[in-house]
Amino acid sequence: MPDDLDALKQDTLRALEAAADPRAWDAVRVGTLGKSGRLTALLKELGRAAPEERRARGAALNALRDELGAAIEQRGRAIEAEALQARLLAERVDVTLPVAPEPSGLIHPLSRTVEEMVAIFGAMGFTVAEGPDIETDWHNFSALNTPAHHPARTDHDTFYLPPLDGEGPASRMLRTQTSGVQIRTMLSVPPPIRIIVPGRTYRADHDATHSPMFHQCEGLVVGPASGAQAITLGHLKGTVIEFLRAFFAMPSLPVRFRASYFPFTEPSMEIDIGWDRRTGEIGGGSDWLEVLGSGMVHPRVLANCGLDPRAWQGFAFGMGVERLCMLKHGIPDLRSLYESDLRWLRHYGSSPLSPVVLHEGI
Amino acid sequence: MKFTLSWLRDHLDTGATVEALCAALNRIGLEVEGVENRGAALAPFRTARILSAAPHPNADRLRVCTVDTGLEGAAPVQVVCGAPNARAGLSVVFAPPGTHVPGSGITIKAGEIRGQRSDGMLCSLRELGLGSEHDGIAELPPNTTPGQSYANYAGLDDPVIEIAVTPNRGDALAVRGIARDLAAAGLGHLRPWLADTVEGTFDSPIDWAVAFPDACPLVLGRTIRGVRNGPSPAWLQERLTAVGLRPISALVDVTNFFSFDLGRPLHVFDAGAVSGGVLTVRRGQGETLRALDGRDYVADAEDCVIADDAGVQSFAGLMGGEKTGCTETTTTVFVECALFDPVRIALSGRRHGLVSEARQRFERGIDPALPAAALEAATRMILELCGGEASEVVSAGAPPDWQRTASLRFGRIAELGGLAVPPDEAVHALETLGFAVRERDEGRATFAVPSWRNDVAAPVLLSLQPGSDGDEAEAVAAVEAVEAETDLVEEVLRLRGLDSVPPVILPALRPVPAASLTPRQGRNALARRVLASRGMMECVGFSFTAREHAARFGAVPESLRLLNPIAADLDQMRPTPLATLVQAAGRNAARGLPDLALFEVGAGFDETGQRTITAGLRAGRTARHPGRAARTTTVWDAKADASALLAALGVPADAVSVTADAPAHYHPGRSGVFRQGPRIVLGRFGELHPGVLAACGLDGPAGGFELFLDAVADPKRRRKGVPDLPSLQPVRRDFAFLVEKRVTADALLRAARGAERTLIAGVSLFDVFEGDKVPDGMRSMAIEVVFQPRERSLTDAELEAASARVVDAVAKATGAVLRS
Repeated sequence: MPDDLDALKQDTLRALEAAADPRAWDAVRVGTLGKSGRLTALLKELGRAAPEERRARGAALNALRDELGAAIEQRGRAIEAEALQARLLAERVDVTLPVAPEPSGLIHPLSRTVEEMVAIFGAMGFTVAEGPDIETDWHNFSALNTPAHHPARTDHDTFYLPPLDGEGPASRMLRTQTSGVQIRTMLSVPPPIRIIVPGRTYRADHDATHSPMFHQCEGLVVGPASGAQAITLGHLKGTVIEFLRAFFAMPSLPVRFRASYFPFTEPSMEIDIGWDRRTGEIGGGSDWLEVLGSGMVHPRVLANCGLDPRAWQGFAFGMGVERLCMLKHGIPDLRSLYESDLRWLRHYGSSPLSPVVLHEGI
Repeated sequence: MKFTLSWLRDHLDTGATVEALCAALNRIGLEVEGVENRGAALAPFRTARILSAAPHPNADRLRVCTVDTGLEGAAPVQVVCGAPNARAGLSVVFAPPGTHVPGSGITIKAGEIRGQRSDGMLCSLRELGLGSEHDGIAELPPNTTPGQSYANYAGLDDPVIEIAVTPNRGDALAVRGIARDLAAAGLGHLRPWLADTVEGTFDSPIDWAVAFPDACPLVLGRTIRGVRNGPSPAWLQERLTAVGLRPISALVDVTNFFSFDLGRPLHVFDAGAVSGGVLTVRRGQGETLRALDGRDYVADAEDCVIADDAGVQSFAGLMGGEKTGCTETTTTVFVECALFDPVRIALSGRRHGLVSEARQRFERGIDPALPAAALEAATRMILELCGGEASEVVSAGAPPDWQRTASLRFGRIAELGGLAVPPDEAVHALETLGFAVRERDEGRATFAVPSWRNDVAAPVLLSLQPGSDGDEAEAVAAVEAVEAETDLVEEVLRLRGLDSVPPVILPALRPVPAASLTPRQGRNALARRVLASRGMMECVGFSFTAREHAARFGAVPESLRLLNPIAADLDQMRPTPLATLVQAAGRNAARGLPDLALFEVGAGFDETGQRTITAGLRAGRTARHPGRAARTTTVWDAKADASALLAALGVPADAVSVTADAPAHYHPGRSGVFRQGPRIVLGRFGELHPGVLAACGLDGPAGGFELFLDAVADPKRRRKGVPDLPSLQPVRRDFAFLVEKRVTADALLRAARGAERTLIAGVSLFDVFEGDKVPDGMRSMAIEVVFQPRERSLTDAELEAASARVVDAVAKATGAVLRS
């Protein structure tokens, strides 16, 4: 290589080496290969050279042009990469910074419990019936075979509202049980009937284990009184056992049935589940805990609703939603359910994105 | 109802353990509420005798005693004792080393006390947990044999069982009734009971008159003269104490004994305090009676009382009067044994708030065949305990006609009860309960109902719906055809144990169950999920609140005010769950948690009834974060929540209009009402009125909403049409209008949207500006209009024409002019 070309080459490579940013690099590129670049100028001069010299010099110039072109391009890419690297370094953030909080909302455990009850009974063919919180004396008591003097009425500390025009005293009340909806259903829907009634109920009682407002879930099944389709106490037991075992997700939960009395059922029974009084563990231990009242619908209740008890019979049951909810989640204090204490709600609430579905387990 | 094991064994011949008896009681419907065995903790304590007591050589106050513990072959033991009354010859209670002393909680150790050996302890009653006396060690009667179990000796190893008695089982408020049930359940045999008649030797100076036969069909009585009243014997006192009664005097204790033993309340008058020779059962006449509980009661015409010449002396079936009550000085007593109408007793008792053992039994119904025998038994016991001489029995009224029969078709046990009990077994069980077979064939049996079971084959009373046109006589006949039989099925199943009924699965109505919720019910669940997904916490609040507070959120009619609230601040049905949410926010703020988002799906009440309201509340500030300052809640938060819910419920956004006439609990300038069409109000939203917030202890702004889910039309299950998916690109144009402030954004957007039905695919507001460069009373609103060509691309001229139509339509509807 002629000396002048070698000098150009060395100059250019040095200048490229020294170029630290795209502008300096571009100056080198233009100064070498641009219209008035040094190499371009040499190429232009080539025409004036003698033909024999031209060939050799042309080959050398072209080789130099290719070499420097590649070097410039390579240096350009390197500078670009350095610039990107520098930018990315400059853009570094503290990734341990917390993200902006998105407050999460949750479903109240009582709603969740009712939804679970609906899902389980729904799978057994029950539908949900509803009725008003403000009931008449007849729907809440009389139709349920609980006349005014009945001792069972003294167990219900009833909240009364002023009677409406033309009605007797003590005729309007907050329902003490959801059983009034049984009555409304039997009056409006012909059997067979298979309903549950979750809802608010009220009794004038307020202490650690009683709330003046609470929730019950009532069930009613009415079918034929005789023949192969007759609804028997065996069906009542089967329904309740399956419900309790599904609700607590314990296929062998011990369930005990004790004879009892309610004005609106006969035979009547109370239903206990096995638990450990000391640890509160469901299904373990040797103690029993009452969770439901139930029985075969009393013939008088059927007759009060216009059904012939010789033709129809069935069963009814009722349970405290709070009690089952507290047992399932280990909630110690009844009153906390209605306090709306944010900290409590965060602790016991359930995600709205995990609705109750039986195939996912409840 | 409490009773002791030994009392039960007076009536029941049984070898069953307490555990077995309790299990049976639970099974047959006499639920065990508790078993108390005071003897169990006292098992190591024995009777003993101090043989010698000498002063302790090293301590002035202590004595060194040698004690005969009575154990065969055992030498006397030495015990160091600090009691001043420890002396030779005294019968005492001795506890050997290792005994846990219930009264002090310590366990006795053998050892030396000040150098003297001590191998046990002599105890006071307080140390046994049996009282507060601690003057020294307990002194047992002289000649008490050493070595006996103290609990046994003192009658304390007798477990006390408490059961809950349901309202239908008056007969189980008697030890004898419980024994009968247990015998029928196979736990032993009922011992025979027969009252020996006591012949009267003179005419009773007090007689009966019944002026109120509806309330009192039968009353018996007799005078016993020459009695010595005083404390009753230890066995009787112990029994009454064990079941929770206070022994008073022999005469009174006898009546209480029979109240528990036979379920037969009695009353004793001090005959000397009765004026005139006649006790009359009559209606009250507004007189005041001081009863034995020391309280004064005013008896009105609905109450049944017993009166002498001087006035009312007893509240029939509830409680006797103080003036004629028996005392230590009573020498002549008149014993009353009556039947009273259960309903009247129940209502009187409830009206006067008077609870007594007598009322409990009378209101459930007393055995109508028992009065004569019970009076004889009581007479005999009084004569035994107090001496004296009995008169002839006097009476008024007649025994009621209580005989009834009940039939059982054996097949019904399985058809109703789900368990095929063999007929012989069913009949035997009923016979053990006292039912007597009158007729029996292969398929059925008819029984005479025992007098003490007024709950079986009771007269049928129905309560058809007021105003119903049902045939009551026909309905009664239908119930009569099955009810007594149902009673018998219940008895058979109860004694057999309901656990033995095999559970059966209900037949499926269809292979895959139908939805259990109606679409409307399903909306409540959806509303919960939507709002919780937006970061709101679900609450469950009381349906009632303080009237004063409720009034801040709506009407508070008298008809929705509780007559007997449990607390003054829970007396009014809430008009909306928003009312209780605001209170919840106040409570949280008071705990230092002012920033919150809450909601409730629950009932709100007004004069027309109740409706489901979904209410939400956001209060406080959003969380601070780097690059994002905290901000307070605004009307827009509330509107966003409510709009999201409406959208989720399927209400089309363009079907909803907003008017600025929300009720007074909202900020008058920052609230609105969602409407659909001219009549339907879907809900309301806004910042809450500062006055409402201040009253609830909230100081910042808060946004709330209420949606009436019942007002939302039922979702239609219609197949959707084909989607509109034009292949041409939409064209977007921005317009800025200058418009008077009174013109609402809604009006402007509607006008723009309506300008061109086919071409305009959407209109949205992107800027609102007032101030500099905008004239006073005006504001600038900028909207984006999306034109969607259908057939072919729009030419410039067509686009210009469409834009002009938008400007014209907006100008016409609102007076707005395009900003230049």
